[in-house]
Amino acid sequence: MNDIDNKVELEGFSLELLHEGNHEEFSRVVETYSNKVYRLATKMLNNQLDAEDVLQETFIKAYRGIKTFDGRSKISTWLFRIATNEALMILRRKQPNLLSIDEPVETEEGEKEPIQIVDWCCLPENEYLSDETRVRLNAAVLTLPDNLRVVFLLRDISDLSTHEAAEVLGLSDTAVKTRLSRARLRLREELSGYFGERVRIMRETLGKQSNEISI
Amino acid sequence: MTQKMNRHDHKNCRKLLGSLSDYVDGELGEELCSVIETHMTDCEDCRIVVDTLRKTVDIYHMTSEVETLPGDIKERLYKTLDIEAYLG
Repeated sequence: MNDIDNKVELEGFSLELLHEGNHEEFSRVVETYSNKVYRLATKMLNNQLDAEDVLQETFIKAYRGIKTFDGRSKISTWLFRIATNEALMILRRKQPNLLSIDEPVETEEGEKEPIQIVDWCCLPENEYLSDETRVRLNAAVLTLPDNLRVVFLLRDISDLSTHEAAEVLGLSDTAVKTRLSRARLRLREELSGYFGERVRIMRETLGKQSNEISI
Repeated sequence: MTQKMNRHDHKNCRKLLGSLSDYVDGELGEELCSVIETHMTDCEDCRIVVDTLRKTVDIYHMTSEVETLPGDIKERLYKTLDIEAYLG
C-alpha cells in the first residue's frame, strides 16, 4: 500500500508501529479517540456503566485486532464501527424486539410534517449553553428510534462524514442522509417545544419591564 | 404575508422537507438551493423551519465539544489496556 492509500498515516499514526504492538503508539490512539468513543456510547445508551463497558471493549478489541486492520479506512472509522456494534449489542440485549439497524426506514410516512413553527433563533446565546438545555438536548436525542439516533450521533456529535458514517453502519450514503434528515427534523420538533416556551417567557419578561419603565 | 401563508396549501413545503437537512449542510445542488430560497421568501413557516433546523444542528455541535471523559473512567481504561505509563 502506498502512503496516499494509508489513511492511518494521514491521521498522524504509524500503522507499522501499531502492527508491531507498540504501546506508546497505541496509547496515542487511545488518547485521541477515547473521548469521542465514550461520548458516542453514553448518548447511545444513556447509562454510564454500559458506556464504560463499550469504551473498554472497543479498545480491547482494537488492540487485539490491530494486526488485521489494513489502514484502508481511518482508524477512527474502524474504532467507531467496533463501538457502534458493541453499543447496539447492549441495546439488543436490553430490548430484544429492537428494529435492526439495517432495516430500511426509507418509507413514505418517514417524513413527518413540522408542527412546531416558532422562531427561537433569537434567544440569547447563554440559553443554548445552560445546564438545563444540555439535559433537554440529551433527552431529545433519546426520543429518537435507535436507527435514527446512531446516524445522528455519528454525523453530528462524532463529526463523521456521510461516507464514514455509511462505512461504520454498512449503509449506503443515501440511507445515511435520509436518516440524518429525519433525525434532525424530529430533534428540531422536540427542541421547538422547549425553546418556544423560553421565547414566550423572555417576551413576557421584556413586556413587563417595558411596562414598568413606562409607569 | 399572513394572507399569503394562509392561501398557499403547503404542498411545496412538504416536497422540500426532505432536502432541508442537505441544504443546511451546504450539500444541495445549486438548482434545488435556489428553489428553497425562492420558496422561503414567500413562506415564513419554511423560513422558520430552516432557521431552527440549522440552529438545532449548531447547538448540538457547540455543546458536544465540551464534554470530556471522566478522569476515573480514563484511568480504568488505561489500566485495563496496560498503558498506564502513558496516562496524560
